[in-house]
Amino acid sequence: MAISKICGIETEYAIIQHGVLEQNPVYASSILVNSYAQHHKIADDTGVAASVHWDFQDETPGNDARGVAPIGSMPPIVESHLVNAVLTNGARFYVDHAHPELSTPECANALEVTRYDKSGEIILRKAMDYVNATLPDGEEIVVYKDNSDGKGNSYGCHENYLMDRATPFGEIVSYATAHFVTRQIYTGSGKIGCEIPGVDPEATPYQLTQRADFFEEEVGLETTLKRPIINTRDEPHADATKYRRLHVICGDANMSETATFLKIGSTALILAMVEDDYFSKRWLFDNPIAAMRQVSHDLSLKVPLKLKDGSSITALEIQWEMLNKAKQYTENGGDEFTGGPVAHTVIALWERVLSGLESDPNSLHREIDWVAKKLLLEKYAERKNISFFDNRIRSLAVQYHDIREGKSIVDKLGLKKIVTTEESQSGVATPPTSTRAYFRGMCLQKWPESIISANWDSILFKLDDSNVKRIPILEPMYGSASDIDNLINNAETPIELIAALELD
Amino acid sequence: MADQEYSDNKQSSDLESDSDIDPAEMHRETNSSDNSELASELDNILDEIDSALESNAEEFVKSYVQKGGQ
Repeated sequence: MAISKICGIETEYAIIQHGVLEQNPVYASSILVNSYAQHHKIADDTGVAASVHWDFQDETPGNDARGVAPIGSMPPIVESHLVNAVLTNGARFYVDHAHPELSTPECANALEVTRYDKSGEIILRKAMDYVNATLPDGEEIVVYKDNSDGKGNSYGCHENYLMDRATPFGEIVSYATAHFVTRQIYTGSGKIGCEIPGVDPEATPYQLTQRADFFEEEVGLETTLKRPIINTRDEPHADATKYRRLHVICGDANMSETATFLKIGSTALILAMVEDDYFSKRWLFDNPIAAMRQVSHDLSLKVPLKLKDGSSITALEIQWEMLNKAKQYTENGGDEFTGGPVAHTVIALWERVLSGLESDPNSLHREIDWVAKKLLLEKYAERKNISFFDNRIRSLAVQYHDIREGKSIVDKLGLKKIVTTEESQSGVATPPTSTRAYFRGMCLQKWPESIISANWDSILFKLDDSNVKRIPILEPMYGSASDIDNLINNAETPIELIAALELD
Repeated sequence: MADQEYSDNKQSSDLESDSDIDPAEMHRETNSSDNSELASELDNILDEIDSALESNAEEFVKSYVQKGGQ
């Protein structure tokens, strides 16, 4: 039985410090996040919960959804010494490895995720302003929302979806793989060259996605080496007896709001259909890794993929079959788990995008990143009579991911908006109203001095000088405005809140 | 709750205004005049950033090296 697809995005941004002799991205990321975290002392529009720490107590990235982690697998290390800010919108802004990372709060649907992804861009923009004001003349820190430096180094944009623990993991693997391989035709952010180890980088002038070249396994626990299409990290940040969190690591960071919306919306639908055992057909690739790369490298969208049963089918055809099933699903009550009216908007957009890809991909130049970027690069290459591997084109391709006001090419290109400026701006400090992120955000807003730390599934309150109390928030769907507004409004202190929660 | 919140803002987003359009209809809209309009838009954008690309591209691309992440 499907459950509500609570979802979110975590984005690792690329970071460059201009005007220094040697790059130190860990340091640059730390001062970037710190500048933002400290800025609440000057202005209270940052959504930073002062003096509240991120709580690492429940982080177990080494747990494997398959039960036992295979020998030799390398789970990521939790680095607690680096900077972490907990925001009153329910999000987390921190340093992960050598990148600044923004995790959106838990959202109830694709539209909310798109909103908080844009709020995240605003947070990164402000962080750049604050840190650059402290740097000596000639130095500047700039972040880019991409996933590859074009030199073989990749960093992720991960999606998370709440799933029913009862759904067999093998079923998720089967359908999610088919979707992740084929959705690339509209989720790709476009990339110059090829970064598959051992392959001539210039064998591919342009491909659909930033990430496909970096996937080497079908299923696995790693996220930084030998990346798998299906990640098995079993860290639900919720009641582990009821839920799993599908951690999706193979997507691109999108500049286009349409692409983010469709990426999350279509995936939520596919996963809900898996939980409801709604599919009557499987699409099992003969070689999923090869299929992933093939789709990304095929700008014609017409080269068929080989299936295990010997037949072949294009990515676009699989997407049409999935869409038709999803349409049927939403018309028969599946919308209840996938955002209600938002699910229907996803279906309409999905259909329009597939039609566009089929008849004339260039018609989607205001909606699909790889199309918008390709047309821009082609125009410049034609004007200068240069190849895609010329540094000017490469530089322009990176600029496509610049989120700074006035510098943003995406703004100049007029990519379509799904969320309003007001919505993304208010999302910097205000949590979504429909998940436990609301409870976290409202507690952080009301009692920042009484909260020692917070994380996805608990808040640690300081009741007085000698007493602390951890409030677990293990139900991602509980804690919305309708659930807890009365409790929060009626409580003057955390002690009153806790007493009321215990009675509730 | 969230659906309620967003439905109030429908008119202001491009997505909502587009979602009622029939796919076939939408493709009739993308004709050659649209293409030439796009071409001139791209030209304008490129005019704006051309000199920066000409002077900084090589150094920028050389310095654009990231540590691998997740």
